[in-house]
Amino acid sequence: MTQANRLKGGQIDRDTTLNFTFNGRNMQGHPGDTLASALLANGQRLVGRSFKYHRPRGILTAGSEEPNALVQLRTGAHLEPNTRATMAELYDGLTATSQNHRGSLEFDLMAVADLLSPFLSAGFYYKTFMWPKSFWEKVYEPAIRKSAGLGSLSMLEDPDIYDKGFLHCDLLIIGAGPAGLSAALTAGRAGARVILADEDFATGGRLNAETMDVDGMAGADWAAQVVAELNTMDNVHLMTRTTVYGAYDHGIYGALERCTDHLATSGGKPRQILWRIYSRRAVLAAGATERPIAFGNNDRPGIMLAGAVRTYVNRFGVTPGHELAVFTNNDDGWRSAADLAAKGVSVKAIIDTRDAPAVMDVPGARHIRNAAVVNTVGRKGLRSITLTDDQVIDVDCLAVSGGWSPNLHLTCHQRGRPVWDEGLCAFVPGRDLPPGMAVAGAANGAMTLATALSEGRDMANAQIKELGFKASRKAAPKAEDEPQECAAFWHVRQSKSRAWLDLQNDVTVKDVKQSYREGFRSVEHLKRYTTLGMATDQGKTANIPALAIMAECTGKSIPETGTTIFRPPYTPIPLGALGGRARGKDFRPTRLTPSHEWAKNNGATFVEVGNWLRAQWFARPGEQGWRDSVDREVVMTRRSVGICDVTTLGKIDIQGRDAAEFLNKVYANAFGKLAVGKVRYGLMLREDGICYDDGTAARLSDNHFVMTTTTANAVLVFRRLEFARQCLWPDMDVHLISTTDGWAQFAVAGPNARNLLRKIVDANHDISNEAFPFMACGEISVCGGTPARLFRISFSGELAYEVAVPARYGNAMMGVLMQAGKEFDAVPYGTEALGVMRIEKGHAAGNELNGQTTALNLGLGGMVSKKKDSIGSILSERPEMNREDAIRLVGFQPVNKADKLTAGAHFINRGDAANMANDQGWMTSVAYSPNLGHSIGLGFIKQGHTRKGEIVRAVSPIHGTEVEVEIVPAHFIDPEGERLRV
Amino acid sequence: MIINHPLLGPRDAAEFVYLGDACLIDRPDWQAEDAAGKFHEYGYLRDNPAGLHQELWYHEQGDRSWLVVTRDTLTHAISKVELARDVARARGRGS
Repeated sequence: MTQANRLKGGQIDRDTTLNFTFNGRNMQGHPGDTLASALLANGQRLVGRSFKYHRPRGILTAGSEEPNALVQLRTGAHLEPNTRATMAELYDGLTATSQNHRGSLEFDLMAVADLLSPFLSAGFYYKTFMWPKSFWEKVYEPAIRKSAGLGSLSMLEDPDIYDKGFLHCDLLIIGAGPAGLSAALTAGRAGARVILADEDFATGGRLNAETMDVDGMAGADWAAQVVAELNTMDNVHLMTRTTVYGAYDHGIYGALERCTDHLATSGGKPRQILWRIYSRRAVLAAGATERPIAFGNNDRPGIMLAGAVRTYVNRFGVTPGHELAVFTNNDDGWRSAADLAAKGVSVKAIIDTRDAPAVMDVPGARHIRNAAVVNTVGRKGLRSITLTDDQVIDVDCLAVSGGWSPNLHLTCHQRGRPVWDEGLCAFVPGRDLPPGMAVAGAANGAMTLATALSEGRDMANAQIKELGFKASRKAAPKAEDEPQECAAFWHVRQSKSRAWLDLQNDVTVKDVKQSYREGFRSVEHLKRYTTLGMATDQGKTANIPALAIMAECTGKSIPETGTTIFRPPYTPIPLGALGGRARGKDFRPTRLTPSHEWAKNNGATFVEVGNWLRAQWFARPGEQGWRDSVDREVVMTRRSVGICDVTTLGKIDIQGRDAAEFLNKVYANAFGKLAVGKVRYGLMLREDGICYDDGTAARLSDNHFVMTTTTANAVLVFRRLEFARQCLWPDMDVHLISTTDGWAQFAVAGPNARNLLRKIVDANHDISNEAFPFMACGEISVCGGTPARLFRISFSGELAYEVAVPARYGNAMMGVLMQAGKEFDAVPYGTEALGVMRIEKGHAAGNELNGQTTALNLGLGGMVSKKKDSIGSILSERPEMNREDAIRLVGFQPVNKADKLTAGAHFINRGDAANMANDQGWMTSVAYSPNLGHSIGLGFIKQGHTRKGEIVRAVSPIHGTEVEVEIVPAHFIDPEGERLRV
Repeated sequence: MIINHPLLGPRDAAEFVYLGDACLIDRPDWQAEDAAGKFHEYGYLRDNPAGLHQELWYHEQGDRSWLVVTRDTLTHAISKVELARDVARARGRGS
């Protein structure tokens, strides 16, 4: 028989039947069900195994606080572990499986852990797995991880889409129960822009779970009527299935909307959206969470919170059992009992810890006062309970109520501390709320329905009044004040069996007492020693009872013992939602060079350089590997001409009367006297005197320069120039704009560079060596009127130019250059050949400008002008940075020319042991020079400038290499620089 | 966090880049008697107040203004936002 536990009524659509499976068994439910209510309807009480002891566990709650009923939902790549059955909406075809057991759920082979529990108490791991130390990572931890835990991942890529979004409102209302609905109605009618968010798929909160009237109608009907009115308001945005999980600075809230989790498939839409909500004011109306009472074997399937049983009966039309008892320390437990009885569920007994008369008449229920449950029987499902007076009552469900705790989590997100309310036996929000937040209803300790409704209205009125809206004078909806007396009662002292506090992390009363005995007495120590409250439910049902027991041990009051405050998120947020669309290729933007299309069509292999994709080399048919291609590109460039897209280098346009003076400030070398039409190499220091970046600045006119930076520092240099301009020299007449993306720039290098360029540079521009010498620059035109800039600069050491055209012409320009270069056998070259040629020429690059080296180290000490004020000049003079034995940049070549050099190798003098004490420096860059026919390297070595010809060892213990190298000048090719000037 | 940009109005902090203490505006005189010592202090020494802190933020994803933001490090409450250029001039860095 299916759905044996269905009752009449409830907010479910009985006309539609939904089929689902649990551990392969076919079951049925209805729209409006959660997986938990449907499992209970089908009589499935056992739903999982506990984290540590593999105890059989059932469903404890009916909401997001559920510690026990964690299941795996869906299959294949869509599989999601650790889903709370109480939050999962039922859909047709849903597949759920239980987790954390070996063998079947009913006969878990790991249940032996429960027998070993005397050895597995708090601190067990700390004490037991200490020795030998090396066993921790390889033996103990993997074994523990395998035996304890939750669900397992599919290990497949998540196929779902997640999105992020931004919302703005005057008033954010968190929770759509009676207080939230009352607040939304008030603020919505006043015209404020309202967002009303609730984690549930149904609005109404407790009104759906209980049977109280509002304004003379059933509470659920009133809620539906309010929602209908709110839906007619354009200024109200109602968001269900949306958990507001964090309160951040300045009225910003984080929220997770589960858009398609209630559907069989997402249909290509985002599964979940992570919202950032900008609110001017907020009302927290998150309700309250019922607490359990700790007693012997209180973790059996069938033992549930009373309010949850009430919810299943009233809202879902499901009874979790057929013979029930209620165990309570408060009036609300009686209200639950009365609701159950009214639905025809047999309540055999109400066990009240208080010695007080019956709160109300519950037909058929025995009132047992001044009593408690000490133990229970029924390993895979409750069969009977034993009371303090030893009487045994046969029941299959025990509804427990230990009182209610306000859901004040979000009030703590900015270090707000809750305060203890003796009357409620609970913490309530303190005064130090996040700015702009007010709390209403049960979340604020206003536990009765009438006060929740009026507080919702009042808090909304107060909030919108501050924003300039007119407060509503309409009275709050009417309801009666239900009884809600509560007497502190946390655990049953007479219980000899283990009494659970934290069901998700398997922490018992005994563990708390042991923590006290062993000196871990502060709340923070208690948490960490026992792992109490550190599971995915953050101890929503466990923390306060545990705190009360610690208070009992220490003989202090609960507020004296302390409280844990809460951090975001309120409930777990999937990593997929936090990542949003930023995954795989979309993790960050990809920047393409202007000639990317040309390069792609001409055999380029690309390499990521920051966000850029640059051509690394251009393979030709028949080449056996990258070295063949790179060697060819280098040789042909040096022999005739090669072309390389160098657009990625940063370009900053600098204009103004003080532009030259500004460059004097930001470069270590002098720029004031640079002639118009000339380019100069510039070295930038950090204020601490270390080299920061290098590049060139070209003076196009008196008040107009174009600066280039390295690719990596393009953004950072621009940022620091703006800092210098606005913060350090605020009255300089200088303006900056980044033009990196505005111009496509190509290096044309090699003996035939000028011959090639002459074919495309318009004839009115004379680029002869006399008219346009080394380090000249100018604004020209190419290809019959296309504006261009030409710079005679060289990174390769050859006769070379860089020609820039507006970026939109970049791809065409590459084609034009290659076409014009055909007669010279022009080659395109990539970043590898670029690197080989700069090493051959001894130019420093990122490997040398590594944030640790000075101008002196680089052999550029003479460039730092002492006659002017520039960033870094003063601190670059510190003695320690100018030591006699400072490292210097020099070249290295293997003594045995067949040896390969290794970047990162350290230099050790011959005869010395290879250790750090004898370290002389390190190799920064290496390449195979096709022009020299052997490996070459650049590196820093102590006093390198005085050691030319000396032989040292280049040792790399990581690579296991050791090569004898000769110290040589850094310029392997054309040391006199003649090629540059022809 | 939200920074109330003096020219552009309230903006999410994600649009900005943080640099640090606004004392970085007070770059010493390179010709001062004890320039090395003063630059050392400028480069390395910072107060770490629990409370009001003047700090530099750069509106990189916006208008490229450098701002001096006065923020309470205990609460993140922002009490004042100024253009860094105005602050620099007020501190005598103008010509």
